[in-house]
Amino acid sequence: MLNYILRRILYAIPTIFGVALITFILFNVVGGNPVYQMLGRHATPEQIKEFEHEYGFDRPLPLQFLFFLKQIITFDFGRSYATKQKISKMIIDGLGPSLSLAVPAFLIGVIVALVISLVCAYYRNTIIDRITVILSVLGMSISILAYIIFGQYVLAYKLGLFPVSGYRHGFGSIKYLILPMIIWIINSLGSDVRFFRTVILDEINQDYVRTAYAKGLTARQVLFKHVLKNAMIPIITALVLVVPYLYTGSLLLENFFGIPGLGNITVTAIANSDFPVVKAMTFIGALIYVIFNTLADIFYALVDPRVKLK
Amino acid sequence: MIYELKNRLKKDVFAKISLTIIIIYFLIAGLAQFGLIAKNFDKIDYNKSYSPPSAEHPLGTDYLGRDVLQRVLHGSRIAISVGIVSSLIAIPIGVFFGAIAGYFGGKIDEIIVWFYSTLDSIPGLLLILAMSLVFGRGLYAVYLALGLTTWVSLCRLIRSEFIKHREREYVLSAKALGAGPFRQIFVHILPNVFHIVIINFSLRFVYSIQAEVILSYLGLGAQDLPSWGIMINDAKVELARGVWWQLAGATGAMFLLVLALNIFGDFLRDSLDPKLHTLT
Repeated sequence: MLNYILRRILYAIPTIFGVALITFILFNVVGGNPVYQMLGRHATPEQIKEFEHEYGFDRPLPLQFLFFLKQIITFDFGRSYATKQKISKMIIDGLGPSLSLAVPAFLIGVIVALVISLVCAYYRNTIIDRITVILSVLGMSISILAYIIFGQYVLAYKLGLFPVSGYRHGFGSIKYLILPMIIWIINSLGSDVRFFRTVILDEINQDYVRTAYAKGLTARQVLFKHVLKNAMIPIITALVLVVPYLYTGSLLLENFFGIPGLGNITVTAIANSDFPVVKAMTFIGALIYVIFNTLADIFYALVDPRVKLK
Repeated sequence: MIYELKNRLKKDVFAKISLTIIIIYFLIAGLAQFGLIAKNFDKIDYNKSYSPPSAEHPLGTDYLGRDVLQRVLHGSRIAISVGIVSSLIAIPIGVFFGAIAGYFGGKIDEIIVWFYSTLDSIPGLLLILAMSLVFGRGLYAVYLALGLTTWVSLCRLIRSEFIKHREREYVLSAKALGAGPFRQIFVHILPNVFHIVIINFSLRFVYSIQAEVILSYLGLGAQDLPSWGIMINDAKVELARGVWWQLAGATGAMFLLVLALNIFGDFLRDSLDPKLHTLT
């Protein structure tokens, strides 16, 4: 087992190297030197030289790549073009607001979706199940932009139930976060319910369920004790892979509601063509994904003895 | 395969309606492309700025007095073009790499798997945003960014199908008759796994449309064209003045197309993927 865990961790290293290489190629080779974008067309040669030197564009590409690797190892991604702030500090500052929106919204959303899909599975092939599936497909088809604009305009602006936008640090943030959380949950509900329902129904057709019924258990006992336990394996694996997306929060929700999280920082950086910030966000997003993917594999091997340890 | 699809389609009312809606959208997109309908989508008339829906302008006009209905119709041209062009980039890449990785195995497989799992590690929307940023703002960047990032899931599926198929008897007999590796891959195996490409196409189409709207909304997608994302962006500030028609037009058009694609995609998956037959 330990052997497997170690091998799985070592296996992540070439992937992380690959991510660094792709990010580098994207921003330093394809994106190239953004000097004119940043300084305008009338920059003097001295200004250009200074800018290129400051951000390292005057060095050959292999050296630039080594410099990027050094930035990754020391977690120092230089400074933003637009605000001249240190990017590592921007990321640390943005993490709190992002997580305080994303983590509760994600957890509540998953629990609500799980309850709905269990009800669906219990009443499978009845009208309740049908209506839920139809509502899920309808919900999935509505753009998140529509949810946000409708929620912000009707619930916050017209009815005044929530503040339209804004943020306070600490516990004062709660009243600003409720509406974005509700929108997050509603937006993710449709696809979650459909996925969970499929997984649960897949388990219901297994042989062990028939055995459980045969030995006289009630439908409720079978569903909650036996099916749920087994269905949790694919569900948790899928959820672990969603966790990395929590770190950017929701780009659009944070932007609309003025929450100063990482998603908002990314949207602003994109608007300003602030390459170093977008580059750092892209790399860190991928890094978290690789870490959680590794954890998911290890978790899978721990709970499911059928996984081959080779 | 096509015969069975037709039979199932006859029985499934929802799928039939969805297919009709999809065909209508494609027709609108095609006609708008060749300037046969909605020609005056860019005609500015300051006197008519923000007129509510009327007989002349069924969906009202926007801040420049442009007809919203015509802009919504043109928006479907952009959405569908993004779906088609990004698929034309992504599907050949996904099929080709998936096929050679699954067929040859060994070192080639390892390199391809390493490459796509690396690409897949970068959160999708971030990668698409980053790509369209470095390619420069505009519709072409959106085509490229979506095309170059969304082939991974197809590649994975095709690879695992090829691993299953390469040892089957029909392939071995083709080999015994002297078919080379590329003949075996493209003439013999590919037609047998092509249903995966079709299912994947309907899923990726939905994803591309949603991504295009978000990119355009963030100012990275289409520039100066009536994309639904740009219309939604314009419309969100108009709402406080009571101007709801532009928002309703753009989100409604998008909702209907995505809904039809979702339902039809489910139908395709249920009919073409035998593993899932038990699951409805």
